[in-house]
Amino acid sequence: MILASVITFKLALAAILFVITLGIAAYSTYFERKVAAFMQDRIGPNRAGPLGLLQPIADGVKMIFKEEHRPTGSNRILFILGPSIAMLTALMTSAVIPWSPKYFEIGGQKYALQIADINVGILYVFGVVSLGVYGILIGGWSSNNKYSLLGAVRASSQMISYELAMGLSIIPIILGSESLQMSAIVESQHEVWNIFKYPLGFLIFLICAFAETNRTPFDLPECETELVGGYHTEYTSMKLGFFLFSEYVNMFASSAVISTLFFGGYHFPGMSLLPAGVAVLVGVGVLFAKIIFFIFFFMWIRWTIPRFRYDQLMHLGWQVLMPLAIILVVVYGAIFSFI
Amino acid sequence: MDTLQTTPPGLQEEKQYNTLNLGPTHPATHGIFQNVLQMDGEYIVSGEATIGYIHRAFEKLAEHRPFYQVTPITDRLNYCSSPINNIGWHLTVEKLLGVQTPKRVDYMRVIIMELARITDHLICNSVVGVDTGALTGFVYVFQQREHVYEIYEEICGSRLTTNIGRIGGFERDFDDRVMGKIRKFLDEFPKVWKEFEGLLSRNRIFMDRTIGVGGISVEDALNYGFTGPNLRAAGLDYDVRVMNPYSSYQDFDFIIPIGQSGDVYDRFCVRNEEIWQSLSIIEQAYAKLMAMPQGEYFAPVPEFYLPPKQDVYTKMEALIWHFKIVMGEVDIPKGEVYHAVEGGNGELGFYLISDGGRQPYRLHFRRPCFIYYQAFPEMIKGSMLSDAILTMSSMNVIAGELDA
Repeated sequence: MILASVITFKLALAAILFVITLGIAAYSTYFERKVAAFMQDRIGPNRAGPLGLLQPIADGVKMIFKEEHRPTGSNRILFILGPSIAMLTALMTSAVIPWSPKYFEIGGQKYALQIADINVGILYVFGVVSLGVYGILIGGWSSNNKYSLLGAVRASSQMISYELAMGLSIIPIILGSESLQMSAIVESQHEVWNIFKYPLGFLIFLICAFAETNRTPFDLPECETELVGGYHTEYTSMKLGFFLFSEYVNMFASSAVISTLFFGGYHFPGMSLLPAGVAVLVGVGVLFAKIIFFIFFFMWIRWTIPRFRYDQLMHLGWQVLMPLAIILVVVYGAIFSFI
Repeated sequence: MDTLQTTPPGLQEEKQYNTLNLGPTHPATHGIFQNVLQMDGEYIVSGEATIGYIHRAFEKLAEHRPFYQVTPITDRLNYCSSPINNIGWHLTVEKLLGVQTPKRVDYMRVIIMELARITDHLICNSVVGVDTGALTGFVYVFQQREHVYEIYEEICGSRLTTNIGRIGGFERDFDDRVMGKIRKFLDEFPKVWKEFEGLLSRNRIFMDRTIGVGGISVEDALNYGFTGPNLRAAGLDYDVRVMNPYSSYQDFDFIIPIGQSGDVYDRFCVRNEEIWQSLSIIEQAYAKLMAMPQGEYFAPVPEFYLPPKQDVYTKMEALIWHFKIVMGEVDIPKGEVYHAVEGGNGELGFYLISDGGRQPYRLHFRRPCFIYYQAFPEMIKGSMLSDAILTMSSMNVIAGELDA
């Protein structure tokens, strides 16, 4: 009986989270265009619905009804597999994000707003994010287009290079919280958020997150002025939509991971003063506020600064961020083992 | 480039390169050019540029048009700064005819040409920003181009392909509305341009992307025949406005900015500084115009200056001259003239041979973009794909002027 109710609860949670993720990602496209318009002194989308609020739906409908086109000489299966993997891996990340403290009680039942509290949560995030590169690589390669291939090559080398520094930058957090479990990492920030303990780690992680999500200044795989559309040059209709959409889902997931690892997740000052149920609700709201702030931050950067060149990107990844991350690991390792 | 070395020298022969077609339609070419590049990964081994995709045979077309109807053709050369082309053509014909324009007409022309130079440089520099990935600056400063186009609209009724002015002067005077709009632009533009410069010119990523990229030495630049901002960025202070003043440019104080290495960043900075100098020239010309009485807006040469339309309908003299000019009954001297103006991109020359007929016997446009583009394959050799695109946009190669 209890098992059945737990499964129902988890399934419901997964479904809700799926819908929320898609909703936020869809409205991120609208939000991005509005932010861009604000920064560029324009109006932005305002035709579909009040304030243009139905724009994402209009875009989605347009994408679905567009003609499908597959370039000659492309591999049919891989051509479809590419965007599918990109979308799948993007959606998988948020499964381990804790949205509330572990086990709050409602009517004698214990609940936790987290789909899977696996004990290697953070490794799961990294594993899933690494898989994301396959979507881009397969999509770019199977298009049988040189621009797509160049974009795919850039994407894969960029993601592999930045994953190393990204992985190293969170080792201090793992050492500090003595766990790989996401819920334990969040709980360890009950008093002080990790950003104050590991500011340099946060900086490295943030830069790598930009690179992992292929956002400016690291949007080389799809930079429109050089590679036309990069890895998705040859894609049309909803397959293109999946690629574009997975970028926004990734942005949401990255923002969630950043908020969870460094900004205390659902924690907020004065949390213990509120009654448990209210605190949980406010906590979810606070976490979403943090996530939306970081989504805005991603957009803010995108519409402000230029992008790197391929060799500069590699230089930054391997010769600046990697040594910094290694130093970080050594210093914090020494601190945690001797003090 | 030392970074090109990716394999030991002995293995170079066995290497197979990838052929990449950059263009004819590619978002970065800003027009229709084709570049067939041999790529070694991200590096360009060699490139071959193809031109002629929008060749419209302007020089031949001009042989069949009366002098005053060649002006609309010049609009379509460098369409980012058509007024300079128009006025350059008027000045060429005036040189052939020996027409002396009043000072007031000269200053009016200076204002328009400098406004056109500002828009041309504004587009070039903001597009360099776009090609490095910063779209915001481009969209933001485009509003200012709109204001300049409103000034053109007030003067001649059209915006992009202006067909501004006439041989001998202007079709109508600058009234208070025009002067008001110029004043408003002079007051508003510096703030916006400062913001734009602040966004890019000291931005670390932008500097890394542009410094040392697509450089050319003064010797090479001169051998290829570079002029204008691209030559000045390489370090030579050649400016037609100073070396061979036309339209009373000798009455104005301004500085010719020069660069050192001729790379993308130098070209960007030279153009930025030229915008400030143009603003100062407009400011001086504005003051001079305000000190003059209104009304004198064409040279007193009724045999060449097309009279205003309301005069044609109401005055006998004007009707006669209009008829004679349109029917080609006026005496055009025989001769050869070359006249150059400092266009948005460099020395824009008009080589005109007249056999005394109503049309040019032969007309050649010296188009700076055509000359820059010849150096492009040489300049991108060994650089990365991203650099090649920046090099092209910072040279401001405009398809209309390249192909004519």
